[in-house]
Amino acid sequence: MSAILSKVKLPYLLLLPGFIFLFTFFILPIINLAQTSTQTPIAGGDTGQYEQTLRFSNYVDAFTENQEQFSRSFIYALCATVLALAIAYPLAYAIAFKAGRFKNFLLVLVVAPFLVSFLLRTVAWKQILGEEGFVVPTLRTIGIIGESTTLTSTSFAVVMGMTYNFLPFMTLPLYASLERIDPRTMEASGDLYANGITTFRKVTLPLSMPGVVAGTLLTFIPAAGDYVNAAILGSPNTKMLGNVIESRYFKIVDYPTAAALSFTLMAAILILVTLYIRKAGTEELV
Amino acid sequence: MTHHVKQKDASIPTIPFKARVSRWFGRNLIRIYALFGFTYLFIPVAYTFVFSFNDSGKSNLVWKGFTLDNWKNPCGAPEVCEALGNSIKIGLLATIFSTILGTMIAFAIGRYAFKGRSSSNLLIFLPMATPEIVLGASLLSLFLVFQINPGFWPTVIAHVVFCISFVVVTVKARIASLDPRLEQAAMDLYANELETFRKVTLPLVAPGIAGAALLAFSLSFDDFIITNFNSGTLKTFPEFIYTSAARGIPAQANVIGSAMFFLALFIVIAGQFVGKKVKVSK
Repeated sequence: MSAILSKVKLPYLLLLPGFIFLFTFFILPIINLAQTSTQTPIAGGDTGQYEQTLRFSNYVDAFTENQEQFSRSFIYALCATVLALAIAYPLAYAIAFKAGRFKNFLLVLVVAPFLVSFLLRTVAWKQILGEEGFVVPTLRTIGIIGESTTLTSTSFAVVMGMTYNFLPFMTLPLYASLERIDPRTMEASGDLYANGITTFRKVTLPLSMPGVVAGTLLTFIPAAGDYVNAAILGSPNTKMLGNVIESRYFKIVDYPTAAALSFTLMAAILILVTLYIRKAGTEELV
Repeated sequence: MTHHVKQKDASIPTIPFKARVSRWFGRNLIRIYALFGFTYLFIPVAYTFVFSFNDSGKSNLVWKGFTLDNWKNPCGAPEVCEALGNSIKIGLLATIFSTILGTMIAFAIGRYAFKGRSSSNLLIFLPMATPEIVLGASLLSLFLVFQINPGFWPTVIAHVVFCISFVVVTVKARIASLDPRLEQAAMDLYANELETFRKVTLPLVAPGIAGAALLAFSLSFDDFIITNFNSGTLKTFPEFIYTSAARGIPAQANVIGSAMFFLALFIVIAGQFVGKKVKVSK
């Protein structure tokens, strides 16, 4: 009897410590953040002192004040996701189908760059694309960019840095789903007189859709909340929502606005992701 | 035009050079493309490695000559090794806690059917779907409410929060790939439940747990955003690079970055090698 009882209880006992931890340090903070987002400064209080007044127009204010950064976050994240897909798909395809016995080696090569601290790599890009690097003088000599054009402190640099930094999140799920495709399905398509492009469009791409969905989500979500690339590779004109949240917290000590912005970001991401998953029709993500 | 080509084909049996070139490109286009992809991936790595040998003095922006001094004295620049030490300490603690908690959750979800299993899955998925900045900011505001100063332990806690989910997903995948007949065989040979777990299940899941621990450490070690919110005056290695990026990071940081790269690469390759051997001996 006690054995049966403990068998019923066992999964819950296993879950308990982890879930207490996640509840205290993940759920509770989110609830607390929601409370903070509707607070207002205490009249006559110090900076950083707030009281709960349920002022929901904090959200409206936060959004209208930072509309530009808000849309920039989503446009940059979208560009980076599309670029990462364009780079990662052929890469994953080549590793899955054309690498032969070098498959595992190439897979390690894809992950290897990400073993160097991502900030070091981002700073490296800044210096490579900077005035003292070799790219800008070369492009100037060839005449592709003008004398006064710079590459750092531009939207281009920020999007490129984001694309680079989130590339493995795109490549690995793509590889995982491409690798599972039976090559005979492609051969069959060829036997039925489909050319390369038709085979890709009607067979390979649909079969790799779970990877595409997972990869784009794993790229888009962190990219939309990122502020490191914008801070290192960008300028004040390329500030994203993350940069605003960061400075509201640390420089201005405006916790309610920062909290409202965080929530808006999260809600926007959740809505977009739900719509996207519905549209892509894949539910085997979790 | 067509007539002309036909004539040429008749006189020379080989395919014209141009067609051969374009056919070669057509066949190898994907490989060429992949080569460009790999080049893109490795440019900043190569740059970091090369500039670790730069005789640069304080700011490592321009190439000034080759030296081994930075490699001989990786702690030569102020704060670098202190920051590295903090990152390693935080990484190890976060790895231990998240691996233990995550593995337990993975066994519960991967092994048992119970009420609330799908909502448990959701709770594991949520931290991964939450932008890092929201995770970091929300934890900071919780610590502020309880008047806990940001610093070492708040950073460890924050790292455990985002590492747990990755541990669960990794270990769960390994549990799902186990052959249930192996455990049944152990039971048939009169092993009780505990013995079966200790002698069969755990050794089989161990590579997954080791992989999850490595993943947790690398996530923790490389994290900047969540750390930046919760570390206060404490400086981790990524934070050190971030704050010194404006005035140029010292070459010693490149040395440490490159060394970490080779160390991690060694672990990954050794892991693959060991993994293969285990498979063969099985």
